[in-house]
Amino acid sequence: MRFMVIVKATQDSEAGVMPSEELLVAMGKFNEELVKAGVMLEGNGLQPSSKGARIVFDGKKRSVVDGPFAETKELIAGYWLLQVKSLEEAIEWMKRCPNPHNDGGELEIRPLYELEDFAPGEGIRIHEKLQNEMKGKK
Amino acid sequence: MAAGPHRAIAAVFNIERPKLIASLTRIARDVGVAEELAQDALVTALEDWPENGVPEKPGAWLMLTAKRKAFDLHRRKQMAAQKYNELGRDMREEESSTPDLDTALDDDIGDDLLRLIFTACHPVLSQEARVALTLRLLGGLTTDEIARGFIVPEPTIAQRIVRAKKTLAESKVPYEVPHGEELSERLATVLEVIYLIFNEGYAATSGERWMRPELCNEALRLGRVLAELAKDEPEVHGLVALVEIQMSRFAARVDANGDPVLLLDQNRARWDRLLIRRGLEALTRGYQACERLNRLPGPYILQAELAACHARANKAEDTDWAKIAGIYGALGVISPSPVLELNRAVALGMLMGPQAGLDIVDALAKDPALKNYYLLPAVRGDLLSKLDRKDEARKEFERAAAITQNEKERAVMLRRARTSS
Repeated sequence: MRFMVIVKATQDSEAGVMPSEELLVAMGKFNEELVKAGVMLEGNGLQPSSKGARIVFDGKKRSVVDGPFAETKELIAGYWLLQVKSLEEAIEWMKRCPNPHNDGGELEIRPLYELEDFAPGEGIRIHEKLQNEMKGKK
Repeated sequence: MAAGPHRAIAAVFNIERPKLIASLTRIARDVGVAEELAQDALVTALEDWPENGVPEKPGAWLMLTAKRKAFDLHRRKQMAAQKYNELGRDMREEESSTPDLDTALDDDIGDDLLRLIFTACHPVLSQEARVALTLRLLGGLTTDEIARGFIVPEPTIAQRIVRAKKTLAESKVPYEVPHGEELSERLATVLEVIYLIFNEGYAATSGERWMRPELCNEALRLGRVLAELAKDEPEVHGLVALVEIQMSRFAARVDANGDPVLLLDQNRARWDRLLIRRGLEALTRGYQACERLNRLPGPYILQAELAACHARANKAEDTDWAKIAGIYGALGVISPSPVLELNRAVALGMLMGPQAGLDIVDALAKDPALKNYYLLPAVRGDLLSKLDRKDEARKEFERAAAITQNEKERAVMLRRARTSS
């Protein structure tokens, strides 16, 4: 299963305060551990929302709103993409993550939709049939 | 806790298990005993953690607990034998420096993991046994999951693993990473095991097709781990590049009915861009490693380059067929095979027109090795139909349908036969 781990923004991250040297080292070590275990697909930090923009849809109309955006806690400051066996595994990995901010931090872990989630047809049927056959052999 | 303490402990254990087994094997000199010791540590955690809370360094806690159990086991054996033996020497060294939580996870854990991979893929084992043992010890799949992946009954896999551990113990296989000349030979065996696991998940060889992504993902993960452990080896990166890029097409390679879609007909928007990028990066690392060692690219790098030629083309017609034909030629130099030659014919057919491809295919038609190879008439049929020789094309597609063991492939061939008249 793949998971996106979302780093929530803080006042510091939105103000563009760079992480301390100590945090950078700790985060580097943590990422290395993820890579060595073969679970990290990618990861990036995001610049403050003041450097970004939004496109707002209203029917066929599109309007562009420049950052910064107010609701700091709803914004994101970075992300990882992990591939692990379960949500529990993703949780256990991310509990080992250093606090991503100098002040209070929050990570949100969300599963990606996978192929299986979209393909309830023939494939699943065959799989179930095989499973039943195998149970019969036991 | 979001998912209950037992599931959380199981997740920690899944993460730590290969490392535990790798270190414990160095101490116990037996993968079977190491696996049991790791399991014992899990049982202890299941008793202790719900009561006292999950420790701050759960991995180190498990390692320390398992090592203590290893020492206990050794002491008991020692008392029974009343003497030190050769096998215990490393253990005494470990024992003399009292382990604590901070040193329980050794720095050389990577070396142990590499030793474990080479042991699980040791040539004294049959290929089937290597695959099963690697998945069990390093992949963290249960025997039931392995059995489902390979569509065999669970007891068969369980027995295969038990026998493999016994063979390793009886053959006194040393727990080490091979050196010098032996290294490249043994590494080829390891890469083969990982690629076999990937392929088993990617394409079933007979019967109804059911792609088993768990096996593909396990192979990918094992490859990625190995690439970190053996950074200097070009072919490791080649293998990783190959499987990352092949996996990028997973969603696009079958249609809504579950029928296979040919590479050139696939919807490239459904190719996974992240996996392609990772694959291309791995390929670059492979070439860099070749340069450092002053070595020519090996078969995995060349195959990854083939996959990359397709991945780099945003449209099928942008494909660099000249390069592809050249790579098939290079692969043919390493190990000549009529199958490679057939593929080269396809590439040349794309590059210079169907007649050029057909000339090579016709020369191959007499090769006895391709007598029951369904892709020979399939390719010939395709080239003939492009030359508008419909009748001959139909006969070739019908012949291909009669040869293949795969029902989905047969359906595709019969459909092409019907439309070629």
